[in-house]
Amino acid sequence: MSILAVLEQQGGVWNRMSWETLAAGQQIGAAQGTPVEAAVIGHRIGALAAEAATKKVAKVHAVEHELLEAYTADGFTAALEALVRKRAPTLVLFPHTYQVRDFAPKLAARLGTVLISDVIAVRSGPLWVRQLFQGKLNCDVRAGGPCSFVSLQAGAWRADSLEAGSAEVEKFTPALDASMIRQKPELPFRESARAVDLTAAELIVSVGRGIREKENIPVVEELAKALGAELAASRPICDAGWLPMERQVGSSGQTVAPKVYFAIGISGAIQHLVGMKGAKTIVAINKDANAPIFEVADYGIVGDLFEVVPALVEEVKKAKS
Amino acid sequence: MKIVVAIKQVPVRDSPLRVAASGKWIQESDLSFEINEPDAYALEEALQLKEKHGGEVVAVCAGPARAAQAIREALAKGADRAIHIEDENLAESDTLGIARLLAGAVKPENPDLILTGLQSDDLGYGQTGVVLAELLGIPHSTIIMQVEVSGAAIRVKRELEDGWFQHITMPLPATLTIQSGINKLRYATLMGIKRAKTKEVKRVTLADLDAVPAATTVIEKVYAPEKSKQTQILEGDARTAAARLVEKLKFEARVL
Ligand SMILES: Cc1cc2nc3c(=O)[nH]c(=O)nc-3n(C[C@H](O)[C@H](O)[C@H](O)COP(=O)(O)OP(=O)(O)OC[C@H]3O[C@@H](n4cnc5c(N)ncnc54)[C@H](O)[C@@H]3O)c2cc1C
Ligand SMILES: Nc1ncnc2c1ncn2[C@@H]1O[C@H](COP(=O)(O)O)[C@@H](O)[C@H]1O
Repeated sequence: MSILAVLEQQGGVWNRMSWETLAAGQQIGAAQGTPVEAAVIGHRIGALAAEAATKKVAKVHAVEHELLEAYTADGFTAALEALVRKRAPTLVLFPHTYQVRDFAPKLAARLGTVLISDVIAVRSGPLWVRQLFQGKLNCDVRAGGPCSFVSLQAGAWRADSLEAGSAEVEKFTPALDASMIRQKPELPFRESARAVDLTAAELIVSVGRGIREKENIPVVEELAKALGAELAASRPICDAGWLPMERQVGSSGQTVAPKVYFAIGISGAIQHLVGMKGAKTIVAINKDANAPIFEVADYGIVGDLFEVVPALVEEVKKAKS
Repeated sequence: MKIVVAIKQVPVRDSPLRVAASGKWIQESDLSFEINEPDAYALEEALQLKEKHGGEVVAVCAGPARAAQAIREALAKGADRAIHIEDENLAESDTLGIARLLAGAVKPENPDLILTGLQSDDLGYGQTGVVLAELLGIPHSTIIMQVEVSGAAIRVKRELEDGWFQHITMPLPATLTIQSGINKLRYATLMGIKRAKTKEVKRVTLADLDAVPAATTVIEKVYAPEKSKQTQILEGDARTAAARLVEKLKFEARVL
């Protein structure tokens, strides 16, 4: 019995979620009395593997090959398949990153099972807790088969609980050849310099699909103006072109940490929350009392934004005059 | 170019959700359903690729009888024909089980390209397309925001975290999982709705596909999330609640 925690790096830089995954592995391992091993995948990753070996793990596998220098789904799946077959862990943990979404389901399928994705907690059993309907409900999932594959939601485990230790690094060279890798990746790029930097804003008024149509945007614009706040939005608003892309907050947009974040007509899907959870104070205005946004809000108003926001504009103006 | 699009029918966004008596799924009887949002974008992308390169768009959907409505909508928007894998108990299946059914139905079609949504709104596993590609032995890429076809290959724009992107080229046939916002959705025209009635919908059963959607993972319990944070809900009508909020922002949060 062993747990394998798969860590993520890109160009020699860790994805911070790797440490959350390793911390989860340590906690689950301690509860089950199971040793935890870590895997780092890439090319020339000696320094990263050595760093991972300063954590409390039984072993670090440095999965190295020149064909793993750039990430590809085919390459990473083949490499990890070989490692999993060799080590036969009972549980493989991943951070739920875009890269993991891209290859881990394939790896699990190749080994005859399902990736239990985007897990937020574990109960004894083990039962893996994950969200349904974009966070409106939760469910407990039981895995079958000899090995479970589980990816962990950002922030679900805390990296600061990671325990230090000292482990041996074992190099693992999978048998790969170029013909196995069908995807030809190019270098990552950013669309253009961001004209709007929301990361420096002290106050942000952010609007979601509750605004219903483009013509209603001035309703929240008024509030932003009254407060002296930057205007931001959830992804569907930017997808629809109602506000420019550079005002999008979330996993594929900007990560902000203002003093106050007003989430107006935003349901609180995890991809939005990761971009604004760091705000000092969160205010949610939503007509659905069960909307997941209230899970992170400090202050909430349950009501119709088309009544609440204009009233709020009045009150803010009064308070400021 | 022959393109297959996988569409799932899910409860309409903002549906009031209640846990079923079994405790293992939601009560579906009083809900309305629609095409899963990213799947609508996948369908639109397929239609635009067909307009550019010619060929055929085939929609495939695994779901109970009610899913026929989602299929009709896809046909009305312009899909040429559809395959309905009809079964009333698919909610008990898992993504590998569903992907096996889809693979069974898609394989004889020999498509050049398979498009799925990147994630379903209900289960949210975000993996059926990737698993489907593995079962069919073809390459894939996920969270796609742009597709260019050139001969026997495609070059796609894949979304990464924090506003980063990456181009990837791979040979056809391939599977892509499409991100919402990749294009602008069209509405079905009256003509399209009329035409949809004459288009072929092939119904297949689990027995036809010779696939048992045996689950390797099981949902044991569905429930409302426990609240961990104490949110101060400001009560009263809009005016009163707004006034209370401003007071809090002024004296507790000290930001006004
Ligand atoms: C890979 C990936 C990346 C993503 N990246 C991002 C990202 O960076 N940023 C992002 O935001 N999303 C992102 N998403 C999408 C995310 O999953 C959600 O779909 C999205 O955040 C939902 O936006 P919303 O809350 O505005 O809309 P909805 O979820 O539709 O919520 C609308 C809310 O408005 C409320 N409402 C409706 N009418 C009213 C009214 N009159 N008054 C008050 N309230 C009302 C409703 O109760 C509901 O809660 C991503 C998804 C994926 C899969
Ligand atoms: N029952 C189904 N029928 C057709 N397509 C499906 C079905 N389930 C999932 N899909 C496709 O797979 C995508 C991802 O679903 P999921 O893995 O559940 O998040 C969806 O966006 C659909 O395109």
